Amino acid sequence: MYDSSLLDVRNLEISVAGAEPPIRIVQDVSFSLEKGKVLGLIGESGAGKSTIGMSTLGYGRGKLHISGGQVLLNGRDITQGGRSELNALRGKEVSYVAQSAAASFNPAHRLIDQVVEATLEHGLMTAQQAHHRAIELFAALGLPSPETIGSRYPHQVSGGQLQRVMTAMALCSEPDLIVFDEPTTALDVTTQIGVLAAIKNAIKQTNVAALYVTHDLAVVAQIADDIMVLRHGKMVEQGSVEQIIYAPTQEYTKALLSVRTTQHSEAPAGQGPVLEVRGVTVGYGEADILKDVTLSVDPGHTLAIVGESGSGKSTLARVVTGLLSPRLGDVAFENAALPLKQSDRSRDQLRDIQMIYQMADVAMNPRQTVEAIIGRPLSFYFGLRGQERSARVYELLEAIELPIEFANRYPAELSGGQKQRVCIARALAADPKVIICDEVTSALDPLVAEDILLLLEKLQKERDVAYLFITHDLATVKAIADSIAVMHQGNLVRYGPKSQVLSPPFDEYTATLLSSVPEMRLGWLDEIIAARSV
Amino acid sequence: MKLSIPLSALFGIAVTVTIVGVAVLAPWIAPYSMSEIVGEVWEPMSTTHLLGTDTLGRDLLSRLMFGARTTLWIAALATMISFCLGTFLGLAAAVFGGWIDQVLSRLVDLVMAIPTLILALVILSVLAPSLTTLILVMGLLDSTRVFRLTRSVGHDIVVMDYVEAAVLRGEGRLWIIFREILPNALSPLIAELGLRFIFMVLFLSALSFLGLGIQPPEADWGGMVKENKDGIVFGIPAALIPAAAIAVLAISVNLIADWVLKRTSSLKGGQNV
Repeated sequence: MYDSSLLDVRNLEISVAGAEPPIRIVQDVSFSLEKGKVLGLIGESGAGKSTIGMSTLGYGRGKLHISGGQVLLNGRDITQGGRSELNALRGKEVSYVAQSAAASFNPAHRLIDQVVEATLEHGLMTAQQAHHRAIELFAALGLPSPETIGSRYPHQVSGGQLQRVMTAMALCSEPDLIVFDEPTTALDVTTQIGVLAAIKNAIKQTNVAALYVTHDLAVVAQIADDIMVLRHGKMVEQGSVEQIIYAPTQEYTKALLSVRTTQHSEAPAGQGPVLEVRGVTVGYGEADILKDVTLSVDPGHTLAIVGESGSGKSTLARVVTGLLSPRLGDVAFENAALPLKQSDRSRDQLRDIQMIYQMADVAMNPRQTVEAIIGRPLSFYFGLRGQERSARVYELLEAIELPIEFANRYPAELSGGQKQRVCIARALAADPKVIICDEVTSALDPLVAEDILLLLEKLQKERDVAYLFITHDLATVKAIADSIAVMHQGNLVRYGPKSQVLSPPFDEYTATLLSSVPEMRLGWLDEIIAARSV
Repeated sequence: MKLSIPLSALFGIAVTVTIVGVAVLAPWIAPYSMSEIVGEVWEPMSTTHLLGTDTLGRDLLSRLMFGARTTLWIAALATMISFCLGTFLGLAAAVFGGWIDQVLSRLVDLVMAIPTLILALVILSVLAPSLTTLILVMGLLDSTRVFRLTRSVGHDIVVMDYVEAAVLRGEGRLWIIFREILPNALSPLIAELGLRFIFMVLFLSALSFLGLGIQPPEADWGGMVKENKDGIVFGIPAALIPAAAIAVLAISVNLIADWVLKRTSSLKGGQNV
């Protein structure tokens, strides 16, 4: 009576147990998946995509439970299964690849033991067979020295390798279905591309079915056969990759597709830099983590500092703010050298350089109201009190496009984008000439991030403030920068006006970096892999 | 959101409130005065002496009520000293770091290396016995524990971006300690406050039992156990009643502290507004 598909989800509803009135996280979601096919689940945070992925293992995080509909795996409804039936299923018929491999591996055990654990637990193979299979998978996933890498501990391999090992773990028991939950989100773009290729290849070889959960449409377009777009726990649109990418029917899907195409037109060079970093070298002990970096930013301009994790871009920000003293070189503000140590700088020097952080959650004191947060720099730098201060706070709230009622709220009562806006207002309150933006949009959903970038650009025009924009995301760079500095392992590898940096001839690293950014079209991954293996 | 208090915490709160109430109202509700000899030595429980009489023939119930006063008052004062000092120094160590942290921490290690009770005995036997010295010694010795806790809680908060933002703004250390860190460290500290208070009660009782705490004829629970301990040999329960009172208070406050700790730890990350 059931059709031949491997996974069939019908009218799935997931809600929070015991909540009154009922809170539904996922509503009326239906899809089916055949063997060897990949379905991409796309959506912003809170869209319920991970929750749906988990439900195919019969699992709900925290108090979540499946409150309606059916999840049919190989024709059996797993929502009716008891604990023992689910245990028999998990790791055997369905397995899971988590976002953070580093947090998902037990640091006290060797990799190979963790990779074969589920297989042995279910008695699917002998230990020898399982080890043999694991080594085959390591090779198939392109891990170096597949014979021996399993005897290492999790901290002895890189993040990208660990993610591949986790994929091997999921594949080891020869499951029918794998749930990939944002497997490349935490990786740098140049690492991501290799892992994506490995996952795609492994899926093709083993003919396993997969659910691929991600917020990045460009990524999923390379891997999936079909895509389902989700928003607020409901399905927006479902279709083949071609249809979703090239002919979306829903407004929301169109918005997601167009999100990273904003371009910022490059401003002409100004009348001399407001901030200069002059020959800065920073070293902890033997190794230098910043090597002779020299760059500058003009008033009202944006300098984007691009690099992957470990490139030294955040270290550079710490040098500019004075939290870290360089071994050589210095920082100049309006042609005068700033004291290297933050504690030696005057109040006005501090006021002129403000900072906005990546995680707005922890950048604001959770026990202070928005008014106290924005108002403090006003009292501290300008001595504003009472009415006068409140009036200025309301002006700033208006500038960041939040209603003034927000003044009485606490950070926990704000959404992610609103929190980041308040952080921007706090920086603006000091009336600075330079704002350091440290990955300010990377923790936000794409549509929200886009709004924040537009706001930053608007404020720059109004107030002539310069941004030092630190990011790993090249789409963001294109959307905001006037000039670009590319960093790699502590070196400044490329620096200049945006048009110049982004046009050939490229140096080797910039070329790799630029070509690794996923493009929103089919076949991109295959082309890149083909081009690189030549 | 509905505030639901678990049964154990309700019990703890009820008992603690009763004990504090009795302590406060002792002069009005106690049937006899604290030091008046009203009967024979170690009379059994009767309608005139609900809990019997003690080793000198004083009414045990009245002494228990007045004893609660002394015990709770001194324990509260000592806890306050211990907390104010420990919290301030602990947060200062976390914020300043460097040699200030080193000096404070090693000093605390030094004090903690010697068993508290023995150290207290030595100090109290050298100094002239008075209520003030007793409270100060108890508070100072206990502040080492509070220091350790606050320092580690503070360390977790110091690394937060909002503290860095305040440093970059140019805020003074005192602002950072009292405005940025303390409000966020308060929940675990309040839970600890309950526990420290009960340790103080036990500490005071132990000192009194050993004769270095509250001096007779003042009543306090530990001292009452000591006065009446010889009765146990003759099957007289007079010593067990104040001992039981200490135990009941300890358990009740602990139940409350457990509940507070559970509540606050589940709200970690600043969700508690």
